[in-house]
Order: sequence, then structure tokens, then C-alpha cells
Amino acid sequence: MNQAIDYHAILPEMILSGTILLVLVADAFLKQRRKWFTMPLAFLGTLAALVAVLTLIGEDRTTFGGMFVVDDFAVLFKTFFLVVALFVLLVSLRYFRDGRFYQGEYYFLLLTSFLGCLLMPSSRDLLMLFISLELVSAPGFLIAAFRKDDPRSNEAGIKFFLIGVLSTAVMLYGMSLIYGLTGTLNLTEIGSALSSPLPQGQETLMLAAILFIVAGFAFKVSAVPFQFWAPDTYEGAPVPVAAFLATASKAAGFAGLLQLMFVAFPNQHEFWTPIFAVLSIATMTIGNFVALQQRQVVRLLAYSSIAQAGYMLLPFALVSADAAVNQEAFAAAVTYIIIYAVMTLGAFAVVIAMTRESHGLLISDFAGLSRRSGVIALAMTVFMVSLAGIPPTGGFWAKFFVFKVAIERGGIGTALAVVMVVNSVVSLYYYLAVPRQMLFAEPEHDRPLLSPASVTFVTVVATAAVVAIGVWPELIAHFPPLSTLVAP
Amino acid sequence: MTWENSAITIATLLPVVGALVIALVPRDKDTMVRALGIVFTGVALVIAIAIAVDFDYSAGPGLQFELNTEWIPAISARYHVGIDGISLPLYLLTFVLSFLCAIYTWHFVPSPGKTKAFLGLMLLLETGMAGTFIAFDLILFFVFWELVLVPMYFLIGIWGSANREYAAIKFFLYTLFGSIFMLLGFLGMFFRSDLGGGARTFDIIALQDYAAGGGFSDGFQLVAFAAVGLGFAVKVPMWPFHTWLPDAHTEAPTIGSVLLAGVMLKMGTYGFVRIALPILPYGAEKYAPWIGALAAIAIVYAALACLAQRDLKRLIAFSSVGHMGFVMLGIATLTTIGINAAIFGMVAHGIITGMLFFCVGSLYDRYHTREISEIGGGVMQKLPYLGGVFAFVSIASLGLPGLAGFWGEVLALLSAFNPAGILSDHTTLFRVFMVAGGIGTILTAGYFLWMLQRVNMGTVPEKWQAQPLPDVLPVEWVSWTPLLVATVALGIFPRLIFGVTQEPVDALMHLFGG
Repeated sequence: MNQAIDYHAILPEMILSGTILLVLVADAFLKQRRKWFTMPLAFLGTLAALVAVLTLIGEDRTTFGGMFVVDDFAVLFKTFFLVVALFVLLVSLRYFRDGRFYQGEYYFLLLTSFLGCLLMPSSRDLLMLFISLELVSAPGFLIAAFRKDDPRSNEAGIKFFLIGVLSTAVMLYGMSLIYGLTGTLNLTEIGSALSSPLPQGQETLMLAAILFIVAGFAFKVSAVPFQFWAPDTYEGAPVPVAAFLATASKAAGFAGLLQLMFVAFPNQHEFWTPIFAVLSIATMTIGNFVALQQRQVVRLLAYSSIAQAGYMLLPFALVSADAAVNQEAFAAAVTYIIIYAVMTLGAFAVVIAMTRESHGLLISDFAGLSRRSGVIALAMTVFMVSLAGIPPTGGFWAKFFVFKVAIERGGIGTALAVVMVVNSVVSLYYYLAVPRQMLFAEPEHDRPLLSPASVTFVTVVATAAVVAIGVWPELIAHFPPLSTLVAP
Repeated sequence: MTWENSAITIATLLPVVGALVIALVPRDKDTMVRALGIVFTGVALVIAIAIAVDFDYSAGPGLQFELNTEWIPAISARYHVGIDGISLPLYLLTFVLSFLCAIYTWHFVPSPGKTKAFLGLMLLLETGMAGTFIAFDLILFFVFWELVLVPMYFLIGIWGSANREYAAIKFFLYTLFGSIFMLLGFLGMFFRSDLGGGARTFDIIALQDYAAGGGFSDGFQLVAFAAVGLGFAVKVPMWPFHTWLPDAHTEAPTIGSVLLAGVMLKMGTYGFVRIALPILPYGAEKYAPWIGALAAIAIVYAALACLAQRDLKRLIAFSSVGHMGFVMLGIATLTTIGINAAIFGMVAHGIITGMLFFCVGSLYDRYHTREISEIGGGVMQKLPYLGGVFAFVSIASLGLPGLAGFWGEVLALLSAFNPAGILSDHTTLFRVFMVAGGIGTILTAGYFLWMLQRVNMGTVPEKWQAQPLPDVLPVEWVSWTPLLVATVALGIFPRLIFGVTQEPVDALMHLFGG
């Protein structure tokens, strides 16, 4: 039986796959000095894929027998992932060119990971979700270990890999149990199959299966207690890879989680909302309190992203039978993910600029930066203040939307909002650690910080975006509510 | 967009534009930067004065210069600004003090210099402070409220004195803690509001009307008042949430202290009058005795603490806690006299304590110490004009009749004698507060006069006798004279304030059956 494939729906993925192969082949034929040409190639391919995604705006297409869906949710996330990809490519260029890295292979692996990210929001099928997740993770294991002569990089890759495959194995087991219980892999069909209660023994098994699947995704988004890999992996990996993991990889995990919980398991919300509440509280709290101790800036950003994942998990704990509140929670989570990625990318871009001077990347290496490079210091201050959630930056509105839906939900929502409030205040202390060094401390020398043009460009654009969203949040806030997957 | 609509927006946002312009000026053009600072604050002040002149004082309690447009439809937050009799004095105070600070900066930027950043942050601070007094949408109010935290953190942390980093982070964390709880309270009010057809609002005026119609349940009001009250209480600061203030005021540079004491503390008390009392009247009624108690404690505690201070600036900082105690006592009585007294007290305190910090700053410039024992005395002999001004302002601060400080204090105490009808069960309690306030007044006079004796009177110590210390400089006279004149003017013509605030406060008190 021949099923027609909707080629327009998979056009972005096809373009990106073509780019991936082109990059690999080009790398084989380029001389060593010219290996960096693979980056502009990758950049153009990603740009073409982005244009292809933009042609899909407003479309509602299904292909591959319902496994692959293109709707507003998918288009929003694909656009997001491709823009993040463009920025990660920009900040990677000089870093990988000046260090002794395999460049063509890096861009090949990075784009493959982004291919997985592109597939994730379209995956409405357990198997597709698994494939997307693996496609995001597997190249990540390799590029985390890309600094071949640095033992910490190797350690980063190994830790990431071992914990990653363990979590994915558990998740796969859960997925197979759900298949056994419902007879289908399609998320919508699972949702309807589970809308009526199962016999007692099967009910418990199903709840356990949901738990296993959540565990797999919880690893991806570095929720406590699955977060142990994150600080070491971010610290050991090349910094652009850490930026990728903190933004795109985490967002892909959340995209998958959103589809799962809101399409496949909405009727079991009484079971999993307390679990998400505990996950959220534990993640925020541990992320924030351990971050207070950090002296190395990449580890600080790693724990910061763990804590931010806690804030992003909070809307999941607010799901109830009220569809309007569920829609708002969904929109709040998506808004937070987008704004978080902008801030974190910017912060990592500044750190990448610092790698030229400092190998250890301690916070004290930032001393007096405001006197040496005012623009970079200002940008970093904006990012840190935004991550802490102070107006008028984008980070405040991200937190605001979550507070809003939490208070609207009431009950557990109010308690969670209070915990998030206390955590936000605590987090301010360590977020200000880098600005304190930059602005209050004396620099070792007066020479300006030479930062590659592409990195400065990304920093400036991210700063402008954070401030623009801060002053006019409608820029971002308009889109997520239009793309919720909540069944009315 | 007409003058009516846009005047207050222009005046409020002009300082931010000024900050951006200053950011573009090359680093070495120091004089130009200082001149730009004076120009932008000056123009903003002129617009503010024009608004005050254009204000229709006989139009009754409604909003004037109102503008209400879409801002963030996704959360139903609107850009709603306006000005009425309660906001106008504080709004004007912000611009006046900022302008005088910019003039003061012409002469002196504290170490480590960096005039661009200094003035840029000060202008950003000015926008945040001014915006708080004109915002009539809870989200807009919150954004302006939080906007002042980052500039003040950097002003204290970079240009402050020895213990500045600790003071700055303490200030930031403490105030942020209170304000995020305030945000939760605002969200609660939003979700409980119902304008018919499921419509909800952040609009302060609409919420006031909704509350007047009995919209919010009693239980909710108690919780919400605690939440927003916490945020305002930390800012005021009310005892026992005041511990950030002595450090922040002492370590801040002179104009940081002037703006912090002169305007930023008023944001808290203004929040009580504008938001907490009208929108949550039942909560206000139940918490009023507690607020009064904390206010009375603040008055006495602050006075006792002042008596123990050896650092001149820290003494003035604690005196702020005491004065804010009188303001909160006036608010806690929920009477028209009390609230009028509170607003008067806010403006008077802003002028007088702003002036006090200027004086202490100038003393520090000359003596390079804030320790009373180090200065040793004899300032009246060595620097007669400075000593005279200092004595004048101190006496104004302790509440001498005929000067601005008197009316706020005495009317707050008077209002405590007869609290509002709904508080009649607690009349005895409030009269105890009144007595405590009276004792506080005596102690206030005590510490100020004792300080003047130790600093101003007596002979000049050996080590200072030979030093050629300049008396009040012309630039200092220019920045101080308006405040000195205002101190006398408000003392003799309290109607300058009461004429403006009387009607709106009356309208407000109708919610309490006043």
C-alpha cells in the first residue's frame, strides 16, 4: 500500500538533511585551512530550512499516517529552533576555528541534533518522539566530548551518554508498556484510549509507564533528580555546545513533554500534576541553592538553567479539568521557553567572548570588564538581570506569565507561586555575581576585550531582544496562546 | 495625542531618553555630560511645573491629564496614567529633587568618577520614581516600582562608601522580596475582579470601584492586604522591615541618599494610600491597629536608635524610619485628617531629609569623615553658613511649628486621637499610639539637638583649625535654596499641600464610611 507523503510538510527537514550531507561531504574535500567554510554552508542551509518553515505558517498538515503533524505549535517551535541554530552557528565559528577541533564533523553533528529538534514538535507518535529524542541526544554526546585532549570534556561526554541512555531506556520501557495497554502509538489515539478507566491492574501499570516516560524527558530538561549530568557536561564541553545544550536541547525536551502530557495523557492529570509539582519545586530549589556556591561561570549558568527548568515545569503542575487555565499554562510554558532561550544564548555568547582570554572561565576573570568593554559588560548585566526576572527585561515577563496562571489556578498554584517567588529572590544573589565582578572589581589590565564579530553580533541582538520584550512583551506573548495543544 | 494626554508621559519618560543620549556622548566629555544631566532634569521639571500650573484645582477628585491605551493585550494590562491631588505633590517632588541632584552633580561626582554611568543611572531612577506616582494600572505600577531597584543597586554599589557592596545587595534582595509578594497580591486582585461578563482588570480605578461595590470577599482581602502590604511595608520602611535602610542610606553617595530618602520611601506609603487602602478596605480596617502599632514602635525605636548613633549619616537614616512612622500612623487611622497628614508628611520629609542628606554630604566633602566624634564640633564657627543651614534643617526635621515638619507630625498625632468610625473599638489603642508618638517627638527633638550640640556648637578641634575648609559653595546654594524656601513655605502655608490633597482624600475615605 502506497501512502502519499506530504513533501511540503517535511520540506524543512529535507532541506536540513540535505545540508547535513553537504556539510559532511564538503568537509572531506576542503583543505585543513579552509575547513571553516563548512559553517557558512551550514548557515545557508539552516536559513533555507527557516524559509521553508515560514512557508508552513498557518498550515495544518499530517503525514506519515498521523505520526508527523505540522500545526501552529510545530511551526512555532521549528522557527524557534532554527533561529537558535543560526545563533549557535554564529558563535561556534571562531571558537571551533581557533581551537584545534574537527570543524566539518562538528557542524554535521550539530545540525543532526537540530534535525532532531525540528522533528520533535511534529512528533505525535511515541516512536517518532523516541526517534527525535535520540536524534537530539546522540550527536550531543559526541560534541560534548569534542575537546579531545581535555579530560573534562571526555568526562562530560561519558556522563552525558551514560545517564542519557539510561534515561532513554527507562523511557522506552514506559512507551512499550503504553503500547501494550492501548494498542496504539499515536498520541491522540492514546489520549482517547485512556480517557476511560482501565481495569485496576492495568491502571497502575499505565501510571507507572507514564512515570517512566516522564523520567526520560526529565533527564533531557535536567530536572532534579535527573540533573547530575548537567553541570559537569556544560563545564567540560566546548562552550558553544554548552549553549546548544542549555537552549535547544532543553527546549526540545520540553516540546516533547508538552505534546505528551497535553495530548496523550491529559486525562491522567490528577496523577501526574503532583509529580510535576514536586519536580518543579525540587528543581528550582536545588538549582538555585547550589548555584549560590559556584565560582565558575559555565557551571553557574548550568545550575541557573537547571533552576529555570524548574520554573518551566511549574505550568505542568497547574493542569486541571479547566480547559481555559490549561491553555494559559501551556502558553506560559512556551513563552518562558522562548524568552529563556534568548537570555541564556546571550549569556553564553558573552562567555564565549571571554574564552579568548580565560581558559578556566572563573567568575573572577570577569573582574573590571565594564572598564574594558562597556558594551559586553552592559549586555551581560542585562542578561543576568533578565534571568533573575527584574523588569523591564524579558525575563520578568516570562516569570510573570507563570505567576499569572499559577494564581489563576489557585490552590496548589498559589503555593507554587510563593515557592517560585522565594526562589527568584534567592537567585538574584548569584545572578548578580558576574555583574558585581564586572562593575565593582578592578581589572587586571586595561586592554579591551577582543571579541569575534559574530559573537558580538549575537550578544547585541540578544540584548536588544531581551530589552524589547521587556518593554513590549506583546512581541512574544502574542504567539504561544495561538498554538496550544490543549483540547477544548 | 494632545498636551493633555501626553504631558505626564513626556515628563516621566524624558529622563530615560536623557540617559540614552548621555550613553552616546564620548567618555571624556565630562562637562557636557553633567550639563546634559541638568538640561534633561530641568526640562522635565519645567514640564512638571507646567502640569502643576495647568492642573484644575477646582475640578474635584477625578484624574487629570489622563491617558488610557492598549499596552499588553495578552494579559489585559493597559497603559493608564493620570494625575490627581494625591499624586501631584509627590510627582512634583520627584522632579524637583532630581533636578537639584543634577545641579549638585555639576560640582561633585563621587569616586570612582564615571560621570556618564552615574548620571545615566540617576535619570533612569528618576523615570522609575516618577512613573510610580502616575501609574493607574497595577502592572504598569509594578514595572515602574521595580525599575528603581537596578539603578539604585548600582549607584550604591559603585559610588558608595566602604561597606557599599553589602548595603547594595541587602537593599536589592530585601526590597525585591517584598515586591514580588506584592505582585502576587496584584495578580490575586486581578483574578478576583469581575467587571461583568467575565472581564477582569488590572486598572486601579476600576478595581477601586469594584471594591467599593463590595466585590472582594473578606477572607481574600485579608490575604491580599498582607501580600501587597508586605511589599509596601518593606519600601516605607516599616518596623521591623527597616533593617535595609540604615545600611543603604549610609553607604549610598549623597544624591543616592537624597533620592532614596526623598522620594523612594514615599513610593511605599503612596502605595498604601493609592492601592492597599481603597481596593482592600476590609483588609485595611482589620490590619489598621497592627499598622498603627508598628508605626508607633517605629517612631520610638528609631528615636532611641538615633540617640545611639555615632555616624552622622546613619543618624539621619534612622530619623527617616521615625518620620515614616508618623506617616504610617496617619494612614493607619483611616481618617481624612490622618491621610492628609500622611501625604503632607511625605512631601515635607522628602524636602527636609533630602536637604539633611545634602548637608551631611557637604560636611563629608569637607571633613572626609561622617563620625560625629571626628568632626568634634564647632562647625558653626568654622563654616557659619553650612552650620546655619544644617541647624535650620535639623530643627525643621524635629517638627518645629512654622516649618514644614510640624504639620505632618502634629496632624498624624491628632488623627490618632480619633481614629475612623470603623476603628472605634480600638480608640484607646490608638490613643496609646498617639502618646507613644508624642514621646517619640520629644526623643526626636532630643537626638537632633544633641547632634547639633556635638557637631555645630563648641570650639573647633585642633586638627581642623588650620584646615582651609570652604563654606557653602555657590552651586550648593543653588541646589539648596529651593528646598529651604519650600521648608518655610510649607510651614507657613500648609494649604499649598492640603488644598490639593483634601478632595481626593475625602473621596477615598468615603470607602470607609468617612
